[in-house]
Amino acid sequence: MIRGLVIAFGFFAFWYALVAATGVPHYILPGPARVAAAFADNAGFIAENAAITFLEIVLGMLVGLIAGLSCALALAMSRLLRVWMLPLIVASQAIPVFAIAPLLVLWLGYGIASKIAAAALIIFFPVASAFYDGLARTNAGFLDLARTMGATKPLILLRLRFPAALPALASGIRVAAAIAPIGAVIGEWVGASAGLGFVMLQSNAQMRVDLVFAALIVLAAFALIFYAAIDRLMTALVPWDPKRIDR
Amino acid sequence: MRKPPSLHLRSARLVYDGAPLFENLDADFAAGRFTCLLGPSGVGKSTLLRAFAGLAEVGPDAVSPKLARVAWMAQDDLLCPWLDALDNVTLGASLRGEKADLAKARDLLAQVGLADRANAAPHELSGGQRQRVALARTLYEDQDVVLMDEPFAGLDAPTRWRLQELAATLLAGRTVLLVTHDPREALRLGHDIRVLAGRPVKPGPVLSPPGATPRALDDVSLLAMETKLIGEIAEGAA
Repeated sequence: MIRGLVIAFGFFAFWYALVAATGVPHYILPGPARVAAAFADNAGFIAENAAITFLEIVLGMLVGLIAGLSCALALAMSRLLRVWMLPLIVASQAIPVFAIAPLLVLWLGYGIASKIAAAALIIFFPVASAFYDGLARTNAGFLDLARTMGATKPLILLRLRFPAALPALASGIRVAAAIAPIGAVIGEWVGASAGLGFVMLQSNAQMRVDLVFAALIVLAAFALIFYAAIDRLMTALVPWDPKRIDR
Repeated sequence: MRKPPSLHLRSARLVYDGAPLFENLDADFAAGRFTCLLGPSGVGKSTLLRAFAGLAEVGPDAVSPKLARVAWMAQDDLLCPWLDALDNVTLGASLRGEKADLAKARDLLAQVGLADRANAAPHELSGGQRQRVALARTLYEDQDVVLMDEPFAGLDAPTRWRLQELAATLLAGRTVLLVTHDPREALRLGHDIRVLAGRPVKPGPVLSPPGATPRALDDVSLLAMETKLIGEIAEGAA
């Protein structure tokens, strides 16, 4: 926490010194004071748009999680799906979300739905692949033990392979938390009438670079807090994760 | 108590790495007795155990009786890290969709000396305590046939000694096969001892040391047996 504050303070000090020393015009790189003023003058406007972006990120995270989890479960349960769907899912990652974002806007409209879809799409793969890997790599000793116990297949999946895959899933969810904001902002950049991405694009066009920075800082702060919260939550939910215990 | 079965292999066959590990292998293990299987590593001791557990395929009708369930204990304690000690003991019930008998599980934990650690997570337990939970889980299954694959190999000497004592006492009357590489463990626990050697493997004659188990090992004749067993294992490895 203290380290984080020191880093943040150092960053702002460096920024201030850079602007002061180079005398770069404010419409290229505004100093922290100017950005703070822009933030204060537009607090209501930024808050309104930030709320929309946060909602997109959280909902996108939820939708992507549900989709990724179900996909991994289905793949773990069905050989047929593994053979036919797994290559398809991997190949789908060759298409950057940025490239299909305009299509999402075309299909789902300028509103919040297309941004949720973009965020969900971007986190789907890390979640699905981490969880599927976890499910596929259950300790063989566990499975032997379960067989000698006369365990049923669905219960082995539910009570052995699923919990055993949770540390892997937690890693996937951490990655998802880090990249979900990217998905939402990409969606806003290609076409939106609200949200922090929209504010940035709009302000940039009007040469209001101070406002661009204000929106960017709010977005970064939210992304950091969001990641930290998810990270804490994962640690609390998977207390036996060996990486965590060793700390 | 039910009468536990004897275990038989007839014409068992298994090819591993291109060479037959089992070829026309016949072996019989007496009912209700603790049999220790000794032999050099890679000789197929564990595979033999896995065959009786239904985890290794050694040919049609090679294994009798065909057991739907056995009590199984491995070198790795295989405790689920997300369950506490008590829930690990009742794991079998939960995987079969049965209601867990918690009173029985608590009683078994008490028998292995862990009554006060029922709610401890596996990572809060020592290696010896974890293996004792695994022993309680094995006992919870309450099977006539108990198969153990080097269950005490990873433990320090005093802990191993205590666990051997627990195993001998708590598993009395069942048909137990225990794989070990330690002749001393075999002499301490085995009513019968078999040395496996060769490729394809041939089980040696049944050696039945005198005295009730767990043996204290303070008898000179047992020491002589240990020397002899070590010699046989070394010969099998050569």
